[in-house]
Amino acid sequence: MSVVVENLSVSYGDLVAVDNVSFEAPSGSVTVILGPNGAGKTSTIEVCEGFRTAKSGSVRVLGLNPVSDHRALTERMGVMLQGGGVYPSARVRDVVSHFCALHNKGVNATQLIERVGLSNRSTGTWRKLSGGEQQRLSLALALAADPDVIFLDEPTSGVDIDGRDIIADIIRDLAARGTTVVLASHDMAEAEKVATHAVLFNSGKVIASGEILTLLTSRKHLRFTSSVGLVPAELAVSINSPVVAIGDGVYEVASEPTPQLMTRISQWLADNSHPLLGVDMGTESLEDTYRRLTRGAQ
Amino acid sequence: MRRIRIQLRAELMLLARNGEQLLLTLIIPVLLLGFFGSVDVLPSADMEPIQFLTPGILAIAIMSSSMVSLGIATGFERSYLVLKRLGATPLTRSELVIAKILSVFVVQLIQTIILLSLGLALGWEPGGSTWPLAVVVVLFGTSAFAGIGLILAGQLRAEINLAAQNGLYLVLLLLGGMVIPRDSLPEFLGNAVRGLPSTALADLLRSTLNGDSAGLVMPCAVLAAWGVIAPAIAARRFRWS
Repeated sequence: MSVVVENLSVSYGDLVAVDNVSFEAPSGSVTVILGPNGAGKTSTIEVCEGFRTAKSGSVRVLGLNPVSDHRALTERMGVMLQGGGVYPSARVRDVVSHFCALHNKGVNATQLIERVGLSNRSTGTWRKLSGGEQQRLSLALALAADPDVIFLDEPTSGVDIDGRDIIADIIRDLAARGTTVVLASHDMAEAEKVATHAVLFNSGKVIASGEILTLLTSRKHLRFTSSVGLVPAELAVSINSPVVAIGDGVYEVASEPTPQLMTRISQWLADNSHPLLGVDMGTESLEDTYRRLTRGAQ
Repeated sequence: MRRIRIQLRAELMLLARNGEQLLLTLIIPVLLLGFFGSVDVLPSADMEPIQFLTPGILAIAIMSSSMVSLGIATGFERSYLVLKRLGATPLTRSELVIAKILSVFVVQLIQTIILLSLGLALGWEPGGSTWPLAVVVVLFGTSAFAGIGLILAGQLRAEINLAAQNGLYLVLLLLGGMVIPRDSLPEFLGNAVRGLPSTALADLLRSTLNGDSAGLVMPCAVLAAWGVIAPAIAARRFRWS
């Protein structure tokens, strides 16, 4: 295990931000720490990075204590902060070269800038970059360490679609080369695309953790998209299952999704001249899992 | 040593990119020396005004660039999370502090050349053979004020740090015998301020540059103590975030 967190608690005065949390991030995995704003994700990551001390509990990263072994850890750790980290008047090329030189791992600055898709902005300053470009520059600084473990705090926040693809590709590539990736995010759909493991936070506590495939369960409902004017009660009578509208033109049928049920719904829609614009069934998403678990926690 | 060199290079590049700050650091002392060197409005103890002012203004320049400029810039680096980000690299606190102080030495060299040249143009006459000691004095003065600036920057929020640096600058400027002779202060204050780094720096620069080697021991001890202890405390107490 590259990251082992045991009974970790973090407090700010009377406020308990992280409450007796335990989880592990296996070596070479992509572990996402998920939860809403204020759930304790950043506090936990900052303890792992050695920037914050724990009130109680223990954290080991690559077998090292992040605070007392901080110097040794910096040789093997990449860090992407949630925001900032670069002097506003610093140029992209200069700051990447600076971090490559400090880490001295033989990482080529020009190639790194190209890897994060900022070649055309290499002479621009931090203050002139868009939010998404700043995120990609922050990622480049984390990669300058050629790390064994990398912590990414909200890496895709404010990043456009192309930028997200670049970041997702880099994360997959890191994991493929054996780097342990730990990222904090509240974007569950985005995280699900790259992560193999998840730690779900709610109000400072871990409500579930482990391999994502084991956290997800089969749906107990079927969702479809059709016209806004559809009357759910009429469909419910026809298919003999409860139907509710959960959004504009989005409906949920509270029955086990089966081919027979789908056939009956399709037939009713055709008979009543309603289009079938989309169907959502099978395994639940990470977001569904999170909602299910937080409902359970409440 | 390698990381100090790398960080020093980055500090100097940033300094060059913040040209307005550099200009301010260089121009204000030049204007002060030019104005007060030409207009006889300040008391100057028992010497020619330009003999009193040239070393005094050099002391002000050292204090403003090493303490105020460096301290405020470092405070904002903390608020921009630049220091926190550097804290995740192999660069240590001590290496960062040393690199920052060395970057100020470079600025001091330029300041010293400009101010002493202007002083000479305005009639200042260096005397004696103790001027090489002034180089050591400048180094210790820079180290002392950079240490003080970094102690504040390493502890306070950027906005509070900004106010604290400027407030301390004003106090040291007025009480430190840089432009107002200590003799002009009330007696109890004149004695108390002998322990200030600004007083020691101004006294030593006047003694070494004007060729008066009398009474060097006390200010030497004071400046050496500040020059060693302040950066040591800064390196130890510095917080990355």
